[in-house]
Amino acid sequence: MTDSVLYSVLLLVSLGVVAAVVLYIVSKKFYVYENPLIAEVDELLPGANCAGCGSPGCKSFAEKLVNTEDISSLFCPVGGNDVMKEVAAILGKEVVERDPTVAVLRCQGSCEVRPKTTEYQGPRTCAISAMVYSGETDCQYGCLGDGDCVKVCKFDAMYMDETTGLPLIITDNCTSCGACVEECPRDIIEMRPRNKRDLKVFVGCLNEDKGGIAKKSCSVACIGCSKCEDICPKDAVIMVNNLAYIDPVLCTLCRKCVDICPTHSIIETNFPPKKVKKVVEKKVVENVAVIKEEVIAESKNIKTDA
Amino acid sequence: MLKTFPKGGIHPPENKITAEKGIKRMAVPKVVNVPIAQHIGIPAEIVVDRKDKVVKGQIIAKSGGFVSSNIHSPVAGTVTKLDLIIDSSGYKKQCIVIRTDAKDPSNFEEVENPLKTDIELEPKEILQRITDCGIVGLGGATFPSQVKLNVREGTTLDYLIINGVECEPYLTADHRLMLEKAEEIVVGIKILMKALHLKKVVIGIENNKKDAISLFKKVIKKEDGIQVAALQVKYPQGGEKQLVRAILGREVPKNGLPLDVGVIVHNVGTIFAIYQAIQYDKPLIERVVTVTGKKLQNPSNFWVKIGTPIKDLIAEVGGLPEGTRKLVNGGPMMGKAIKNTDVPVTKGTSGILVIDEEEASRGEAKNCIRCGQCVFVCPMGLEPHLLMNLSEKGMYDKASAEDIMTCIECGSCSYVCPSHRPLLDYIRFGKNIVKKLETSKN
Ligand code: SF4
Ligand code: SF4
Ligand code: SF4
Ligand code: SF4
Repeated sequence: MTDSVLYSVLLLVSLGVVAAVVLYIVSKKFYVYENPLIAEVDELLPGANCAGCGSPGCKSFAEKLVNTEDISSLFCPVGGNDVMKEVAAILGKEVVERDPTVAVLRCQGSCEVRPKTTEYQGPRTCAISAMVYSGETDCQYGCLGDGDCVKVCKFDAMYMDETTGLPLIITDNCTSCGACVEECPRDIIEMRPRNKRDLKVFVGCLNEDKGGIAKKSCSVACIGCSKCEDICPKDAVIMVNNLAYIDPVLCTLCRKCVDICPTHSIIETNFPPKKVKKVVEKKVVENVAVIKEEVIAESKNIKTDA
Repeated sequence: MLKTFPKGGIHPPENKITAEKGIKRMAVPKVVNVPIAQHIGIPAEIVVDRKDKVVKGQIIAKSGGFVSSNIHSPVAGTVTKLDLIIDSSGYKKQCIVIRTDAKDPSNFEEVENPLKTDIELEPKEILQRITDCGIVGLGGATFPSQVKLNVREGTTLDYLIINGVECEPYLTADHRLMLEKAEEIVVGIKILMKALHLKKVVIGIENNKKDAISLFKKVIKKEDGIQVAALQVKYPQGGEKQLVRAILGREVPKNGLPLDVGVIVHNVGTIFAIYQAIQYDKPLIERVVTVTGKKLQNPSNFWVKIGTPIKDLIAEVGGLPEGTRKLVNGGPMMGKAIKNTDVPVTKGTSGILVIDEEEASRGEAKNCIRCGQCVFVCPMGLEPHLLMNLSEKGMYDKASAEDIMTCIECGSCSYVCPSHRPLLDYIRFGKNIVKKLETSKN
């Protein structure tokens, strides 16, 4: 009885010793030298493995940072400037500070304002529906609403809004890794500077059709009227193909364009609600716009009559 | 035993309800929208401007490169605008909009040309004329014909196969054309024989068109080198590779063309267009379109001017019936649903199919039960269930290694799948990405 206990203990102990020796020899023989800096840098990186930096994961980005001479073009959007500065300190290299950005959705075509004109029965992914046709609405530029962007977001920063049929971005969670920008077949998501308190002004539309056609397919479409371009004091608005785009570098967030846009295509985020007095003012502005439009329409009529 | 291709294939209900309906001439529409990309390859370049007057058959867009094709005005009239109009792809595409001149007699008096059998042009001239007249493959692929006929010196070419298979259910455009223009088609064949110095031609017709088979047998009695092959009814026999295999027993290489085994394949519609181009210098400005559907009042076949909005065709057959769910450009297997009835008829429109709720709905996709039916029916010997999985998971290298690019998109796999899996949708998607990756590599 005691014998068998003794034997088994002895056997297991000797097995363990043999295994330890083998492991030691193997680890010595197949040792690969790795620059200890890589582990150190990897430690600093956020460990999200989101590929926002262009490398497949944090470890390989760390290798790249250590092995590249000039790292000024490399950036980890999740860690941001702080992490990059720490990395630079360890490696003794220079980094360029970047303005933090955040994803914005440049389409407001909810089910309400952009009616469905056809029905799609194929697989519900944006990539496939974009390949087979222009989508269930008459706007061939807008969001398809199948949520490919939501599926690739690793930070729970996006979800599909059931009521609008559009994805919603939770700005606080967005690390600006750019996965959704990459994934969207319609190029609807853009990275824009976060600014102070996350204030942003941008055109929420990508429709390049002529005004009437755009408006017919979606009531909040940019109709290319150029009113925003005309009113912008900083020349931040660029008109291309019947569509306005606001240059985030030039824009000073004065919001004059937001008020003048007849179709409410321009989105402002996180500005405090306007005071009552201002609202009255806005109405006046709107009226002026309407009157102006009438005048324009009239003058056009005269032209065609002549 | 009738000839057919050995691998895979299916036999969906034929539904050829318009087979007895002679080809009627559609009235010339008030406005035509002519897209500049009606063929595979580079879009044509517009050579007219707004307010220009055009005569019928005048070139309005010139071939934009080697694989491209001229486009001619289908009517006499005035160019009203150059506009973006939704075509059968579902996207807005550049179109030339022409308002028909109601007074111009050429729009209303259609001369039926008598049969002309003497071929005057020399081979070089024949090929040039085909290029000038904007002939493209009318079977549906719309590949510019002159490119297909451009056989380099030293290539062995011994057979011309005429595709009169029309294996798609519902469609009868080619069938009717064969019945009504058999003699012209035979002259067209002889034109190509002359142009390519060919001695042997086989006309392949499926056995559900017995009248066409016997008619052609009669017409070619006195002709040397032309044969008719009756084929077993099986989809997708109209695919070039399947047809060559069925008739000659030659296997076209995986990523190759019929020319690699010494064969050129042309559709009967294309042959008739070539006949008209060579004998009467008539460009490709109209084609036969089958307008069909089980619930339609008066489905039929029509000669339609390119650019005619589909709503005109629908009106001609008695309007859309109650409960219509889908309009398909082409046949039920390979056709594509269209977005609205303003979509114009193009050189590739072989039919318009009106489908009701019951036929239109796709079953809910369930898990693959590994029944192997998709593998069994694939005419290219692929494993569709595997290809779908690979493209769904983004494993494009593997999909490419599994020959995803050789899929001819016949849809047989999706048709038979008992789990209603959207096999072809994903395979097409995978093909797209693989193609993109390959071009970016080069
Ligand atoms: S934003 Fe783009 S990826 Fe996201 S749901 Fe819309 S179309 Fe799809
Ligand atoms: S004002 Fe509005 S509709 Fe007009 S161009 Fe600017 S964004 Fe577009
Ligand atoms: S669609 Fe492609 S994979 Fe499916 S049966 Fe046809 S050739 Fe095979
Ligand atoms: S036919 Fe459908 S269920 Fe059967 S193996 Fe193919 S994919 Fe799976």
